Order: sequence, then structure tokens, then C-alpha cells
Amino acid sequence: MAIVSPGFHGRRRADPDLPPGQYLTTDFPVLSAGPTPRVPADRWQFTVTTETGAATTWTWADLTAMPARDVTVDIHCVTKWSKLGTTWRGVPVSAFLEDVDTAADYAMAHSYGGYTTNLPLDDLLDDQAWVAYRYDGDDITPEHGGPVRLLVPHLYFWKSAKWLRGLTLMLEDSPGFWETAGYHDYGDPWREQRYQGD
Amino acid sequence: MTASVDGNALAGALREIFAVDVTAAVVRCCGCGQAGAVAQLTVWAHAPGLVARCPGCSDVVLRVVRGPDRAWLDLRGTVALEVALPAE
Ligand SMILES: [Zn+2]
Repeated sequence: MAIVSPGFHGRRRADPDLPPGQYLTTDFPVLSAGPTPRVPADRWQFTVTTETGAATTWTWADLTAMPARDVTVDIHCVTKWSKLGTTWRGVPVSAFLEDVDTAADYAMAHSYGGYTTNLPLDDLLDDQAWVAYRYDGDDITPEHGGPVRLLVPHLYFWKSAKWLRGLTLMLEDSPGFWETAGYHDYGDPWREQRYQGD
Repeated sequence: MTASVDGNALAGALREIFAVDVTAAVVRCCGCGQAGAVAQLTVWAHAPGLVARCPGCSDVVLRVVRGPDRAWLDLRGTVALEVALPAE
């Protein structure tokens, strides 16, 4: 006679690669808060502006001449889908900050089309954040933020600004587009920081 | 395939916050001054919240974010919302 204790066999274990509350998707949903900007690569520019207003600008030719990294990362959208093992090519954000004189602790990412999102500067340094220009072996399509998007996979994906055009360095934190409408200022998916106060 | 929908998509989210049907209200855009029914706004719903833009200048006039137990309504792109009421 077999004694089966209920719950022993069928118990579901949460996927250890998925942060709490997330589900796995294999497609790549497109989220948009407005019309998709179409920025030709040869007209794309990226400007880092310090807290004193000093600005440095890079072009597409500058970007693609810089040492790039191919990275494979998991991405987690606050609307609860996660996509594992996505591959990107980009230049580490730290490469754009090397020669910048700043005392800032925060940055605001700015996009073509007007989107903004705020991040601590520390989260853009080292091997945590990239100015990405290729996805899955191809140019990044406009729908996914091309020609160039920010990639900060350790935070919810709204922090990975599409259509990236600049970073403004700030001494004090200041909320961006979704952060002024209830979303969390930091957005750590592993701590499920979706909304303010989470 | 990032299609938007019209302002009637705001009806459910706004009915939770307001006691009247706000989609019939007249909203004036901060960006260009154009006024029209909330139902005529261009709403981007495939996003972490509802983003309603002016059909004239595409500036954001209104946003609604629904958390599990809270909602946020951002009206900074709105000059005024004109709501018809029964005559006193
Ligand atoms: Zn307008």
C-alpha cells in the first residue's frame, strides 16, 4: 500500500531564475507610452550632462568605435513578464563617465520622445549597465528602443530606457516618467519594488 | 504593432477614482491648448500605466497607474477638466 502524503509530489517550486511575482515569456512584448521615435543611426547622439551643465556628446560612429561587450542577461518587466538569456551588444555606461568630472550620486536617463527614468549612478557603473545597440545579433528595432537603448537588467526593465539620447547627472534623486506616477524610485525586481513604498 | 486606442479605454480606471464618467469631460492640453473630450484622447495602454496623449500635439495630458491597492492619477499635462453637472 502506497502512502502518498498530499503535497509531497505535486508541489510546485518557484523558478529560481524568476523574481517574485514574475512569469516566464519567450516572446518579447513591446510596451509603449507613446509614438515610437524613428531616429536614424547617423543622426543619433548621446549626451552626458553633469550637475554643472558640462556636456559631452557621442555620435553613432563614436559609439560603435568604442570597445563593446556582448552580454547575456535576464530581463524583468514590471508588468510581470520575464525573459531569460537575452543577448545584447553595448558599451558599458562607465566608459562614458571615465573622463567626466562629477560629484553626482544619481542620473536621469533621457530618451528621444521625451521619456525619462532615474537611477543611482552606482547602478550604472561596472558591469551592470550598457549603452546597447544590438539585440540578438541584429540592430535594435525602433519598437525595442533602437537605434540605442539603455540596458540595466538588474532593475525592472522600465529603467532600461528605449531611444536613449542622454544622461543628466544629479546631486539629488529626482523621479522620472513612471516614477512620478507611482512606480518605485529604484525598482529591484528581486525585492519586488514595483510601486512607491514597496 | 504598438497601436494606441481612444480615450474610452480610460473609462474603467477613471470610474474607480471619480464618481462621474470622466470620458465625457472636456480636457484642455497644457502643450497646445487644444480642448476635446477625454474620450478623444490617444491612449497607450500597453505600458505600465495608461498614458493619454493629446490628439493635437501628442503631449501627455493624463496618466493613470493602478497598483494592487492604490491608483495614481497624473494631470500635469491638463490645464483643466470640464465636467458637466446637473443644473443647480
Ligand atoms: Zn496638445
